[in-house]
Amino acid sequence: MSLLSYLINGISLGSVYAIIALGYTMVYGIAKMLNFAHGDVIMVGGYLIFTFVSTLNLPVGLGILLAIVLCTMLGITIEAIAYRPLRNAASSLAVLITAIGVSYFLQNVALIIFGANTKAFTSVVSAEPLKLFDGQITISGETIVTIISCIIIMTALTLFVNKTKAGQAMLAVSEDKGAAQLMGINVNGTISLTFAIGSGLAAIAGLLLCSAYPSLTPYTGSMPGIKAFVAAVFGGIGSIPGALIGGIVLGIIEILSKAYISSQLADAIVFLVLILVLLIKPTGILGRKIQEKV
Amino acid sequence: MKNRNIPKKLQDNLITIGIVVVCYILVMILSATGLLSNLLQGLLVPLCAYIILAVSLNLTVGILGELSLGHAGFMCVGAFTSAFFSKCMENTITFAPVRFFLALLIGGLCAALIGFLIGMPVLRLKGDYLAIVTLAFGEIIKNIMNVLFIGRDSHGFHFSMKDSLSLGLEEGGDVIINGAQGITGTPKDSNFTIGVILIVLTLLIVLNLINSRDGRAIMSIRDNLIASESIGIHITKYKLMAFTISAALAGIAGVLYSHNLNSLMATPKNFGYNMSIMILVFVVLGGIGNIRGSVIAAVILTLLPELLRGLNDYRMLIYSIVLIVMMLYNWAPNMIALRKKAANRFGRKKEVA
Repeated sequence: MSLLSYLINGISLGSVYAIIALGYTMVYGIAKMLNFAHGDVIMVGGYLIFTFVSTLNLPVGLGILLAIVLCTMLGITIEAIAYRPLRNAASSLAVLITAIGVSYFLQNVALIIFGANTKAFTSVVSAEPLKLFDGQITISGETIVTIISCIIIMTALTLFVNKTKAGQAMLAVSEDKGAAQLMGINVNGTISLTFAIGSGLAAIAGLLLCSAYPSLTPYTGSMPGIKAFVAAVFGGIGSIPGALIGGIVLGIIEILSKAYISSQLADAIVFLVLILVLLIKPTGILGRKIQEKV
Repeated sequence: MKNRNIPKKLQDNLITIGIVVVCYILVMILSATGLLSNLLQGLLVPLCAYIILAVSLNLTVGILGELSLGHAGFMCVGAFTSAFFSKCMENTITFAPVRFFLALLIGGLCAALIGFLIGMPVLRLKGDYLAIVTLAFGEIIKNIMNVLFIGRDSHGFHFSMKDSLSLGLEEGGDVIINGAQGITGTPKDSNFTIGVILIVLTLLIVLNLINSRDGRAIMSIRDNLIASESIGIHITKYKLMAFTISAALAGIAGVLYSHNLNSLMATPKNFGYNMSIMILVFVVLGGIGNIRGSVIAAVILTLLPELLRGLNDYRMLIYSIVLIVMMLYNWAPNMIALRKKAANRFGRKKEVA
């Protein structure tokens, strides 16, 4: 029975990772860059919701909506200021180091505004816990909401990418930027849209993460962010179903190693998975192999 | 042409080492006249360690052209293995310089070994993946150090990953590595003079490597992997060589750092991701690939926030802005074009790179 409840917790954590991983995988697929600051947008989303709901006492729905809108704008701004000028830079290290700089910048701005103390995040989820097997297993409301939101987001995003014009434009840009531009696709606009979607999802991920683990610090986002990147690599970078599979598998691995091996070594085990995946199958489970041309 | 180039490089290297020596003499004079505050004196040995770290990271980032975010991990390996050795040998080898020399060897070799083992599989990956794997590696090392317990009694060494009680030590045995509390009571064998000697040694090793046949091979891999492979350069060998040397030097910096502290703990602040980023900031500000720049940037960025105490809260914020602005200024194609235009307008003949 305890194994079953661990598995459910793992799927719940994995759903959050999957939502974060979507942001990584879409940006990586299209802009070919590792957006290190993605994890910190989650943290910003968490703080925004905390400010709106707990400090300003706004209605929950409005607070969440505002946080999503602000995070989306933040994502577009970061891309326009820090990443776009470097898109054609001679060295690929340049944009990676800039992304690390942005990540650090967000953390330290949050540190100066909100201080280093942990903020207790009051859960905004008001769903009743579900009891199974005569109360032997209790599934918390947060877990249910997390898993359901993950399913909704995945379905919506898959439909968006495959059925809409903007989604097709994204696929085209990720395939070949130059050719897409020749076909009349606005490449800059499409990349901005990708960052916007990724950052909006990060705000939702921040909400779900902080509801499940109700403590908020300026560093809340960085570890889940890196782990979600591991999930994106595991599932195959650039693939939306891959992000889901990678996220869930990683969430289960983390919860099980916390439960059965050591809570302090859980992070180390997750990273070990990354190293193993990259050594055995660098393209991930659903990734495509890209032939390198001279 | 060739004959004129070599003395120029030698001259360049001598200037770099000269700067270090002059700074050393200056600090010695200041401290003899009592002008150096206690705070600054306490900062001298860590500063030496930072300089060595920055120079060694520049070997990976600037010369090999790969981004490593786990440099603090190698430092951590060097620090813990050497502190462990010194603590064990404290009563066996009583002559501190010999003990410290052996500790340096052990710390450097262990870090090099780990660097070699990590590098072998990981260097097949490129760019972003390499960065994230080295980051992961740094976190793994830090986490392991936080749960490792090693004790010693008359039966020998005892290991545990749980707590100090499960070591099962008999009466009189002592715990050497105490999990998250780390190692306490490492003999204080390092000092500023040793630190400066190590900096000069590091500079000699790195600068000589860069100007050697091997160094040129490494730089050719950075500039064009396929072209250098086609002229018969052994890619894996040279990548591993640069990565291992860089790791070994980071290990030596760790030895220097740990033998200056009474208690050595693996916290996120000293051996985590933050430390790796701080070193990266030194390298970026000093100029990627410019060894002398790394030395100067490490000194300025360590001393400046300490001298301007009010800035201390904003230190990390300033670091992050430095990273972004330097990268945009140096690498954005529009910025490069703008700088060229400005240079032409003001009639400068010098080509802006």
